[in-house]
Amino acid sequence: MRKLLALLLVPLFAQAGDTALFDPVASVVMGPRCINCHQADAPRQKDWGVVHAQQVVRGADGHGAAALRCQACHQAANSADGRVPGVKDWHLAPRSMTWRGLDKKAVCLQMRDPARNGNRKTPREVVEHMRSDPLVLWAWQPGGHRTTPALSHDDFVKALVAWADAGLPCPDAP
Amino acid sequence: MTTLTINGKRQAVTAEPDTPLLWVLRDELHLNGTKFGCGMALCGACTVHLDGQPVRACVTPVSAAAGHKITTIEAIGATPVGQRVQKAWAALDVPQCGYCQSGQIMAATALLKAIPKPTDTDIDQAMSGNICRCGTYQRIRLAIHQAAGDA
Repeated sequence: MRKLLALLLVPLFAQAGDTALFDPVASVVMGPRCINCHQADAPRQKDWGVVHAQQVVRGADGHGAAALRCQACHQAANSADGRVPGVKDWHLAPRSMTWRGLDKKAVCLQMRDPARNGNRKTPREVVEHMRSDPLVLWAWQPGGHRTTPALSHDDFVKALVAWADAGLPCPDAP
Repeated sequence: MTTLTINGKRQAVTAEPDTPLLWVLRDELHLNGTKFGCGMALCGACTVHLDGQPVRACVTPVSAAAGHKITTIEAIGATPVGQRVQKAWAALDVPQCGYCQSGQIMAATALLKAIPKPTDTDIDQAMSGNICRCGTYQRIRLAIHQAAGDA
């Protein structure tokens, strides 16, 4: 009987604990290196998220206005001694993946919603972008005087895997 | 050694692959119409076209320009759109000190190729990366409309 009770209770406790699994993920994805490009109409820059200079806009495909593309300035690597950030295919996240103004729970719910996460359906698909996309990896070697995310990329991936394996639980919404 | 296609002509250049295209244009090939402004892609004075798209030559490594069609201010009048822009620029006396104007013309020509009848918003969004210390922005906007109207 005690064993049965324990078996019944374990998932409950695990569930309660799981809602904290997003915290380390949030500490990274809600930082400026991520949020500045998960924007609606225009990218932001700097650690305080000021609207991008030069009136840069999203444009039709997330790569800027028709004649002022991200690639007008952002090269395949940082340039101007790191002052101009760069990595291949610099661009904004899709509009459906805008995080600006969202709290931790809302970002989490959005990340596991295929309609708002780039149609990523499984937990593994959800974390893959953050594990391997060069645009994401740039955040750990941003150059210039830019700050890096709160966790190392290795620790971030560990946190992502734990979150994914638990089924992407969200704060106050397991 | 890198081979570039500049204004329709293939040219071999000796600069290191990470040398900014601007220095190759100005120092090695003596195409001095493209100007150095800030060196950090903040002002637009060094704007050239790579396959028709404006890029800042000061932050474009020469290796990234290889294999693409580079157009500089020296050849912008070779296209009908470029000619209309030049004509409107001259008619409205857009240039004052003139230093930023080759970059302005490159940006304006790319805009008109992408959007033949641009609105003021289109113009602002395309041209805001090109700074003019003489403040000729109103004339630039007018000249773009005029060049569009002549189409």
